[in-house]
Amino acid sequence: MQDVIKQLVELYGPTGREDEVAEYITEVMRPLVDQVYADTMGNLIAIKRGPADAKKIMLAAHMDEIGVIITDIDEHGFLRFSNVGGVSAFTLIGQRVRFADGTIGVFGQEKLDEIKDLKYSKMFIDIGATSREEAEARINIGDVAVYHREYTLQGQRVIAKSLDDRIGCAVLIETARRLKESPHEVYFVFTTQEEVGLRGARTAAYSVDPDYGIAVDVTDTGDTPEAHRMAVSLGKGAAIKVKDSSVITHPAVKDLLVNTAKAQGIAYQMEVLERGGTDAGSIHLSRSGVPTGAVSIPARYIHSPSEMVDLGDVDDCVKLLVAVLEAPLI
Amino acid sequence: MLLARLSEAAGVSGQETEIRDLIKKEAASRPGVELKTDALGNVLAYKQGKGHGPKVMLTAHMDEVGLMVVGVEDSGLLRFKPVGGIDRRVLVAKQVLVGPDKIPGVIGSKPIHLQKRDERNTPFQWQELYIDIGAKDKKEAEKLVPLGTTTIFATTLQKLSDEITIGKALDDRVGCYVLLELLANDYDCDLVCAFTVQEEVGLRGAGVAAYAVTPDLALNIEGTTASDVPDVPEHGYATSVGKGPALTIMDRTSIPARPLVEKLQEVAEKENIPIQFRRATTGGTDAGKIQLTKGGIPVAGISVPCRYIHSPASVASLSDIQATISLVKAFLRTL
Amino acid sequence: MTGKDLLQALSGGRGVSGYESDLVPLLTKAFEPLVDQVKEDKLGNLVMLRRGSGSEPRKRIMLAAHMDEIGLVVTGYEPGGFLRFSNIGGIDERVLLAQTVVVHGKKDLVGVIGAKPPHIQEPGEQDKSVKIKDLFIDVGLDDETLKELVAIGDMATLAQAPIGLLNDRYAGKALDDRAGVVVMYLCLEILAKLSHTADVYAVATVQEEVGVRGATVSTYGIVPDIGIALDVGHGDIPGVPAYDTLPLGKGPGICIGPQVHPKIYDRLLELAKKWGIPYGIEPATRPGGTDAYAIQITQHGIPTALISLPLRYMHTPVETLEWSDLEAAARLLAMFICSIDSEFVEGLQCF
Repeated sequence: MQDVIKQLVELYGPTGREDEVAEYITEVMRPLVDQVYADTMGNLIAIKRGPADAKKIMLAAHMDEIGVIITDIDEHGFLRFSNVGGVSAFTLIGQRVRFADGTIGVFGQEKLDEIKDLKYSKMFIDIGATSREEAEARINIGDVAVYHREYTLQGQRVIAKSLDDRIGCAVLIETARRLKESPHEVYFVFTTQEEVGLRGARTAAYSVDPDYGIAVDVTDTGDTPEAHRMAVSLGKGAAIKVKDSSVITHPAVKDLLVNTAKAQGIAYQMEVLERGGTDAGSIHLSRSGVPTGAVSIPARYIHSPSEMVDLGDVDDCVKLLVAVLEAPLI
Repeated sequence: MLLARLSEAAGVSGQETEIRDLIKKEAASRPGVELKTDALGNVLAYKQGKGHGPKVMLTAHMDEVGLMVVGVEDSGLLRFKPVGGIDRRVLVAKQVLVGPDKIPGVIGSKPIHLQKRDERNTPFQWQELYIDIGAKDKKEAEKLVPLGTTTIFATTLQKLSDEITIGKALDDRVGCYVLLELLANDYDCDLVCAFTVQEEVGLRGAGVAAYAVTPDLALNIEGTTASDVPDVPEHGYATSVGKGPALTIMDRTSIPARPLVEKLQEVAEKENIPIQFRRATTGGTDAGKIQLTKGGIPVAGISVPCRYIHSPASVASLSDIQATISLVKAFLRTL
Repeated sequence: MTGKDLLQALSGGRGVSGYESDLVPLLTKAFEPLVDQVKEDKLGNLVMLRRGSGSEPRKRIMLAAHMDEIGLVVTGYEPGGFLRFSNIGGIDERVLLAQTVVVHGKKDLVGVIGAKPPHIQEPGEQDKSVKIKDLFIDVGLDDETLKELVAIGDMATLAQAPIGLLNDRYAGKALDDRAGVVVMYLCLEILAKLSHTADVYAVATVQEEVGVRGATVSTYGIVPDIGIALDVGHGDIPGVPAYDTLPLGKGPGICIGPQVHPKIYDRLLELAKKWGIPYGIEPATRPGGTDAYAIQITQHGIPTALISLPLRYMHTPVETLEWSDLEAAARLLAMFICSIDSEFVEGLQCF
């Protein structure tokens, strides 16, 4: 599984350009399921068929990662940019980004009176080009770059870019691998464009038309020095979502997850996320409604180039999903 | 001139009657067009293809930002609020037309003589502005202007030169104009031109239109913000007037389908049509709602650059409008 | 059950957004005599169908009033038997201080949101508003028992019981929008005595307060020919311009604006005048804030209207309304429903 995580987080896959990630996941999932296909929005849908009258359960993890989009190239070859998803200008200082073709860029900023005046429009990307022409030979307006960072495993903890939500993708893959028999028809859906408004999940949920949905994504923690108060910690197990800005977990799904975790002795914690959304927000409002919950992997420093998760939590999430999928629903 | 009639027609979001009637009349006069309206008041103009192409939906919104009368003072002055995004600083001392009968009015405020010095440092608040239609008292005003009446800017379209025109509501009557011109031609593909309502209050019309039509692909034609003006650095130009139609790279509500954008670039190059990218990622368009309809619809956005949108007078280039028509026409011909 | 009994019971009932199912038995019992079918949909919307007398296929009119209420959710524990919490739906943090609440754990526990007494405050402290992150619920239990009974994620509701004021006015929590549910009840009572050809779907919707979520999916399931949302509008209070409010006791507000179909609006006004039903006009420049927002843009689009009940002190436990406004709204709705024929419905697609 660690190898899958490493591969996934080092891929290039900003919102709207998830193809590379989709290709990789297609190869990995193909032997594990009965069918894999991509839809109009680029969502990858992998189906493990169930018995004739099986309920359809949709698991969703998003493939896309945040990035920056090029909006201007000046005569000296400097690039201006805007954000794709939630990127803080302050996080970008001193970072490197990578474009689809492998071009590396670094961030610089105009002179500022005070650092708090920093915003994207005062920043630029330098790819080492000396003229507009030289820059344009590599980069076009509209191209998107992602954090350039390698995977690091230290003890039980993974440090990497785009764990949000490649770690969710890894959990889905591992769940598919470990799931032997299920009374359900399981849709492993790797969604697109989550970071700009839960978009891929919306059209995927419409076409899958599931009976139940479970989103798998990262969530914040409150276990770092002087952190925002939140009762989720790294290393304390799978987080079962109560609510976020996009969804209030259906009580029946929440109870199912909690009761399964208790019965199987899987470590879990309850997640009340005050800000932020997940694909569950889109899934539960699809058509005439889909009871939906979410299993979250606790993560620190989300949306930075160095997000951190605990492999024990990841394993707990997989165990919980496998246990839920192996058993009849209620 | 059709563009002038489109620009001058009233059609504040939710009360699009006049602009809708004009569009229906114009669209009906195009060959082979069949018209439908829906529960929200969208106009759908269907035109069957000559061949076996895909079903293509073109959208442009017919509604405009404006004002709504929400109260009447004893003096007969009208209290109002904005419909859609309006910078209240642009409203001061403008002429307006109130309601379907287009009663002339002016937006009044406290004159400079009566202000304290530091009052001038803050913009007038909504409650410090009012519409004066000349009514003598509440009774007279209420008879003429029921609550909920919408109000538009009293701007007539003018050509400043052979190239440049100013008018109100160019966002998105230029798009409506483009669609009406395109309906004059025949295509192999099935074409549905959707003139949508309520874009300015949350992209409300386009979603239901897309749901009803379920096209194979869609292009959204907008009048978008141009910021090629003094004191904005060049890298801050969202679009520039006169440099051709602008292709969206990403905005707040959608990331266009890449194959469509690439195809449009190809067509533009082949036909020698100037294009630019819309380089701002802010703002939302109907494309956002269309893209997420049902199982997903590939969509791209093409915009005519307009300076000073959402104000009484925006500026656009006629050659940009023509180039937009040429680009979409050439694109449709490839399908 | 009288309408007033229902209002009282509903106001006292518990149903934070997403957790409305406790209200279902009460509503089912009340509405059953008036409807042909009661069904819960997949997100918990309670759909109550009263069939019309017309021949099939009958036109469908959906009434929507949300049954969820704003509330609190437990987010953590503090040593000494305290609970930290966050809000569900829009709450003015300033109203929370010193409120009594009920925490819905393994069993219901009464608690109080603690307030620091003036005696030990720093000078100037009273000039600052309290923040929800600094508040806590005190349920008077030891840490161990508390953790046994209350889990993170459990909901809490404000606890003040409804009371009657002068002039048939009532104050209580969750009148936004259970008063709307009561109007549906009163309307169905009237319809039971009249003849209507269309099917009426009275829907007690869920999760309105967190983004009109229940109406989004319930409308998709019903696909009505007409949808009417019943919600509350701001009552007249000092300091707010009259044009932003609806006076109590002068009838419901009929909304005009983008989310309202002009022909339904015209018909409602016409009927109100014809039957002498008091009403106010509520101009709304933008859609949003009520179930009408979701209903209108469902599938291929639904002709929609919005009726607002004047209500003061919205989103507090002392929301205040006047009974006569509920009755007027119910009469108006009933008259509207009886007036519907296919010609009117088909005309709604013609512009």
